[in-house]
Amino acid sequence: MSAAGTVAAPHGHDPYKLGSGRGEGGGHGGGPHDEATGHGEGGPASPRVIVGYGFWIFLLSDIIMFSAFFAAYAVLAPNTAGGPSGRELFELDRVAIETGLLLLSSFTCGLANVAADARNKLWTEVGLLATGLLGAGFLLLELQEFAGMIEQGAGPDRSAFLSAFFALVGCHGLHVFAGLLWLGTMMAQVWVKGWQPHIVRRLLCFNLFWHALDIVWVALFTIVYLIGSGA
Amino acid sequence: MLGKLTWDAVPWDQPIPLVAAGVVGLILLGVIGWIVVKGYLPYLWREWITSVDHKRIGVMYTLLGLVMLLRGFVDAIMMRSQQALAYQAAGYLPPEHYNQVFSAHGVIMIFFGAMPVIIGLMNFVVPLQLGIRDVAFPTLNSVSFWLTASGALLVNISLVVGEFARTGWLPYPPLSEVSYSPGVGPDYYVWALQISGIGTLMSGINLVTTILKMRAPGMGYFRMPMFCWTALTSNLLIVAAFPILTATLAMLTLDRYLGFHFFTNEAGGNMMMFENLIWAWGHPEVYILLLPALGIFSEIISCFSGKPLFGYRSMVLATLWICLNGFMTWLHHFFTMGAGPGVNTAFGISTALISVATGVKVFNYIFTMYGGTIRYTTPMLWAVGFIVAFVIGGMTGVLLAVPPADWQLHNSLFLVAHFHNVIIGSTVFGAFAGLTFWFPKAFGFKLDETWGKRAFWFTFGGLWATFLPLYMAGLLGMTRRMQQYDVPEWRPWVLAAGVGTIVIFIGVACQVIQLVVSIRNRHALRDETGDPWDGRSLEWSTTSPPPAFNFAIMPNVKDEEPYWTIKQKAIESQNLADEPDYKPVHMPRNSPTGFICAFFSTITGFALIWLIWWMVIAGLVAAFATFVVFAWWDKREYEIPAEEVRRLDRERRAARQVWLRDKAASLEEPA
Repeated sequence: MSAAGTVAAPHGHDPYKLGSGRGEGGGHGGGPHDEATGHGEGGPASPRVIVGYGFWIFLLSDIIMFSAFFAAYAVLAPNTAGGPSGRELFELDRVAIETGLLLLSSFTCGLANVAADARNKLWTEVGLLATGLLGAGFLLLELQEFAGMIEQGAGPDRSAFLSAFFALVGCHGLHVFAGLLWLGTMMAQVWVKGWQPHIVRRLLCFNLFWHALDIVWVALFTIVYLIGSGA
Repeated sequence: MLGKLTWDAVPWDQPIPLVAAGVVGLILLGVIGWIVVKGYLPYLWREWITSVDHKRIGVMYTLLGLVMLLRGFVDAIMMRSQQALAYQAAGYLPPEHYNQVFSAHGVIMIFFGAMPVIIGLMNFVVPLQLGIRDVAFPTLNSVSFWLTASGALLVNISLVVGEFARTGWLPYPPLSEVSYSPGVGPDYYVWALQISGIGTLMSGINLVTTILKMRAPGMGYFRMPMFCWTALTSNLLIVAAFPILTATLAMLTLDRYLGFHFFTNEAGGNMMMFENLIWAWGHPEVYILLLPALGIFSEIISCFSGKPLFGYRSMVLATLWICLNGFMTWLHHFFTMGAGPGVNTAFGISTALISVATGVKVFNYIFTMYGGTIRYTTPMLWAVGFIVAFVIGGMTGVLLAVPPADWQLHNSLFLVAHFHNVIIGSTVFGAFAGLTFWFPKAFGFKLDETWGKRAFWFTFGGLWATFLPLYMAGLLGMTRRMQQYDVPEWRPWVLAAGVGTIVIFIGVACQVIQLVVSIRNRHALRDETGDPWDGRSLEWSTTSPPPAFNFAIMPNVKDEEPYWTIKQKAIESQNLADEPDYKPVHMPRNSPTGFICAFFSTITGFALIWLIWWMVIAGLVAAFATFVVFAWWDKREYEIPAEEVRRLDRERRAARQVWLRDKAASLEEPA
């Protein structure tokens, strides 16, 4: 905002005359049009948009991190170093149940969001609780799988393939665990504080986070388990 | 109870780190004692440590970066003096210590020197240039800063407790694996970088969101100042590249801590994967540091040439091209490591293509100056010095981009000279230029010009005196990171580089003196108008220093240089606008979250390095508790009443009125 201004003040809403006067918008970008170009010309977006947008960017960065683990897995998957391969280790039944639990949890998370949109506290909490329980079930099955593999001598220190497997799947599992912690605090906040704007925004972010974990799991399920047990 | 940590972790037998740490410790204690005795602690806590104001955080980032640049420079002096002495002799630094010094030098200069200064400048300037009141996530911004500080602290603790990595600034396996580096050095490296890396990533997310979603009304993309464009691309690269670093270092950590086999020699590990992954982050990192500096020079050259930036749109395109192409080009860092001629050629061409875009920029700078009324102030000197240094350093870079030439030059001092030539010439010059340029905006008074110019000339001369000889030594076959050597032909060049370092030292001293002299003369150097350089973008329209809310009324932008246009109209019409209708302003409340997070992350990081598991768990639980408690707070904003906004803005308007009158008087004087 400039301290300076003009004598003539044609628009009352623009007291500092930063944009006053037609036809002065020349230079590099304005061209013949006097209207602003590009998005955001209406000023800063609403907090809901800013928070959601920022969280999306975080999710994208998180997915890039996963992609590094995926790349490492793709490079190291053949390097079993004489140890067991995915074909011998993966139990597709277990993985199918895990997948079912996680996809279902995404569905209940969506239901919680619908309930939150209707400002229905009880059903929001029920939806979140169901999401949490399904997520915990997923995590339990995954930990069982890990424990079983380590027991039969197929731990992450056995081969590069298993290192990459445990790191990739474990990283996703850690995310689910972090999501569960977040979900717990979220439920408490919704219960005690109700529908304050920042609580609603956080619910939105949690939804995005939970669905993103689902997307990562779909890739993981396909690339690690399906392809791995076939090869 | 204390994991691996024993009294033997302190290098009692090595006087250099002990004395250095002792001196630093005494200075720190002295500063803290002075603060406590003078009663400044509550002020510091209230106004700085817990501040979520982007300007304060920007200043703290920059200060951290400057201190760490000095720390890294001490390492540089040690290396140059060691090599000057170690001709057919052992020198004064034993190999294991020398290896830590060059590793720490690179890590500190890049992660804790250059990065904080650049992020600090972006933090401070971008919201002001966009005409808004703060970044998208102010508290997160504070967390980012304090996590960076936490990482810097861990690196410095390694000086006296344990050791730092001896692997070079990038811990290539298998050297960095437990079998070859059993000590805690690489662990310090990994955890310091993970903690500060999270901070950097969040800072990147914050600024990208700010720039894309929070510009003042009317500021379309092609009306953003060049610095905002380069900040946007730099932060996009942070968001895209830092997660790769996080993943790579996590893999190395798993190898070291839990016996994984990502990069080991045995059980199918693949160490080349580390090289690819680390440079997939490392090359974008070069542009993360470079792009904002290019933006700073765009602002400065345009301002001090008295002209709009030449070829604004081509500048934007070149910036975006560097962002995209820079992200996809990483393999030229290891042409010699067996990728084959096809791949090497592709990356060689891709490297050369980046220099086309940087070439566009250099020509645009020169054409901006052409026909302008150039004022050679200190920031402008840094900018012109940059053009010279960047062209010369860039040409040696193009040389290195040719795989057959790289085959001869890789790992030599020629490479070292090349990247110092460009990084110092662009990022460090850019940092100093930006610092002198925006210092009056941050503190309300200019820096002393005489000492600033001295600093420039000594640094500029020292750059050549140090690195031209190193180019020569590299061409003569001297490899990097040598603790001692026997080749007589190298000796004169190494000695010359040592003399060059002394010249740079004088430049650094001039900078420190400049700061002291300027603070002492601050009343004479005072900037009353908020526009000390006759600037062109919105940050110069508010006071120096700006109020907490930056702008009493959010600007409405109608062209690329909104402030310049309005200033000219005001001078023509000799009038300020009518006083606007002031409204109360809502600003985010201060929050100790960042400081507390960093406190616990430092403890957790230290405990992880020394395997003190109970402390790790305690630190993580405390971090989660911090998260829950902070999330529970409701009152995140406070209101600045309209009367207060009016009072502050009236002061500003009064100063502007005086300025307008003086300006008119000076214009009426006959030439």
